[in-house]
Amino acid sequence: MDFLTILQITDSGMRLATPLLFACLAGLFSERAGIFDIGLEGKILVSAFFSAGVAAAFGSVWLGLLAGLASSLSFSLMHGVASITFRGNQLISGVALNYFASGITILIGSAWFALGGRTPSLQDEARFGAVELPFSWTKESAEAAGMKLNEAIAQAGPVQQFYSELLSGHTILVYVAIAMVPTAWWVLNRTRFGLRLRAVGENPGAVDTSGVSVIKLRYAAMVIAGLLCGMAGAYMATGLGAGFVKEMSGGRGYIALAALIFANWRPWHALGATFLFGLLQAIANRYQSLDLGGVTIPVQLMEALPYILTVVILAGFIGKPTPPKAGGQPYVKER
Amino acid sequence: MDKMPRWADVALIPILNLVIAFALSALVILAIGEDPVEAVSLMVKGALGSTYGWGYTLYYTTNFIFTGLAVSIAFQAAMFNIGGEGQVVLGGLGVALVSLYIPFPHWTLALIVAMAGGAIFGAAWAAIPAWLQAKRGSHIVITTIMFNFIAFSLLNYLLVNVLRPPGEMNPATASFPETTHLPTFQDMFSTADNVVFRGAPVNVSFFIALIACVAVYFLMWRSRLGFEIRAFGKSPQASVYAGISPVKITMIAMLISGAISGMMSINNTMGQAEQLILNSAEGAGFVGIAVALMGRNHPFGVLLAAFLFGFLAQGGGELALWMNIPRELVTVIQAFVIMLTGAMDNMVRWPVERAFIRAAKRGER
Repeated sequence: MDFLTILQITDSGMRLATPLLFACLAGLFSERAGIFDIGLEGKILVSAFFSAGVAAAFGSVWLGLLAGLASSLSFSLMHGVASITFRGNQLISGVALNYFASGITILIGSAWFALGGRTPSLQDEARFGAVELPFSWTKESAEAAGMKLNEAIAQAGPVQQFYSELLSGHTILVYVAIAMVPTAWWVLNRTRFGLRLRAVGENPGAVDTSGVSVIKLRYAAMVIAGLLCGMAGAYMATGLGAGFVKEMSGGRGYIALAALIFANWRPWHALGATFLFGLLQAIANRYQSLDLGGVTIPVQLMEALPYILTVVILAGFIGKPTPPKAGGQPYVKER
Repeated sequence: MDKMPRWADVALIPILNLVIAFALSALVILAIGEDPVEAVSLMVKGALGSTYGWGYTLYYTTNFIFTGLAVSIAFQAAMFNIGGEGQVVLGGLGVALVSLYIPFPHWTLALIVAMAGGAIFGAAWAAIPAWLQAKRGSHIVITTIMFNFIAFSLLNYLLVNVLRPPGEMNPATASFPETTHLPTFQDMFSTADNVVFRGAPVNVSFFIALIACVAVYFLMWRSRLGFEIRAFGKSPQASVYAGISPVKITMIAMLISGAISGMMSINNTMGQAEQLILNSAEGAGFVGIAVALMGRNHPFGVLLAAFLFGFLAQGGGELALWMNIPRELVTVIQAFVIMLTGAMDNMVRWPVERAFIRAAKRGER
């Protein structure tokens, strides 16, 4: 395995990690405010569908993004109504929303495009294009030099390879996702809103006593989670892929949930965890099985590894997970 | 009076929830430009209009009785077992190993041993999350979700690399031998000049499912163990004072739950496919959640709810065939039922409760 191959796998891992990172941060805001969110999967799916559908119908990826954000936000608010206003079981509400997403996307999709639930393939303006950083090899600059892009990168020095292959050439949402990590850290740890949000997840009674509305804070967390999941879905359908296909979220919401536990509900750790899981998926996509000094690792083990790691972490064999204390319990105001 | 009567709690609220769920579903059908009335009549005709339709409806019902009972037992111990799907998958593995490698003289013997095989494998798959919850405090919902995915990967590996007969392309085991084939309703109820249930997969497992309902009733409401499970579910702290061990109850409730899920595989793997295939569970483990919620964790309620969802599963398939409505409509209806009965129950409950209390006060005056 040479340097360029490693770069290519890392590059692919970064792309695959992006929806995980968005969804993981969404779960982080929600769970830090004391609302379990196993509906991440459904929100990614519904946003992927509406962003691809609207982008296909109107030919604009930005309108698609807006539609994706709006649909995911409405799912998040439904979760809020069930689990905050009606004090229902948050886990069951999440399960219901996941179902709702997987059914309704096909129902609307087949009525809208008559393609059995798919959207048409997205082209040009209906997809997010690559952002080329200055001085990197791009398709155009390679053609100007009389080469194909992969040839140009193969001939370049390691620094230029690293720059052109790994750092440059992603869609804008990849960079947004990475920028969300310090933003989330700053909001949670350096703002009054963030402090209150975390307090609501640990001890809502204390927050209420100090005169701050638990309900409002939790709804605010739902809004943030909805928007972040919307980005995840939009990226999947209009950045990573070119259109919506049935069940395209493919369990990513659950992997994000796993990453959240792996990250112990912390933003920077979330970046590491999602990148690790993205990388595992990139390796699984590239190799049917991996040969490690005589021991062959089947591809199915690689696919299952995020889940296995999460179970091991949850069991407290490596480190101790510390979930927010008030997670999962509806808040009832004292009289 | 500060509560509503029992009949309202047991019957009125679930029925109201169901009515709202169906009304919402009708709106969805209207929204995609189809006729809800036509859809309903087509579903009824397709699912209940012939012995063939009944054969499929009861086949699905059988699946959902098993998974519904499994989820309900875990619910009673205050645990949410989302892992039904994975437990069914592993149960299928148990059933397949037994059916493939033990030479049985007759299907009755094969059925009994296969039930044990499915139950043991299903229970084993539930045992690890249960142990982690009881001993290490890891949340059972998350671990059972993770175990679903691990089960799919494991089965995928075994079917592709180990159990697939040489030369075959499909990731599936060989067909089970003739002596393990279960009698279908067609075999049991057809006469020489009147063939009923022709080609439908419903088989003798349906009666096993009914027996399971009765057995679970006696276990949960007529035995000491059932009382301990329910007491633990209502109040873990109080039950510890009563000398009930949380570790023991968590383990036992989840083992029973996993075993019943695993037993479902006698219906789909042994009774229908007669070989182990990928995705043999077809989401039945998840439907079990809706069934348990709708059936209010009572075996009789589970039976009714399983029949309702069996009807929806078969009727939904007919819709996809004859109208422009994909069968995913059933998934949407399930989502509504789960949301309304499981998470937004209070939306209906609070106003109804208030109405009863107001009526009672007026009566006192």
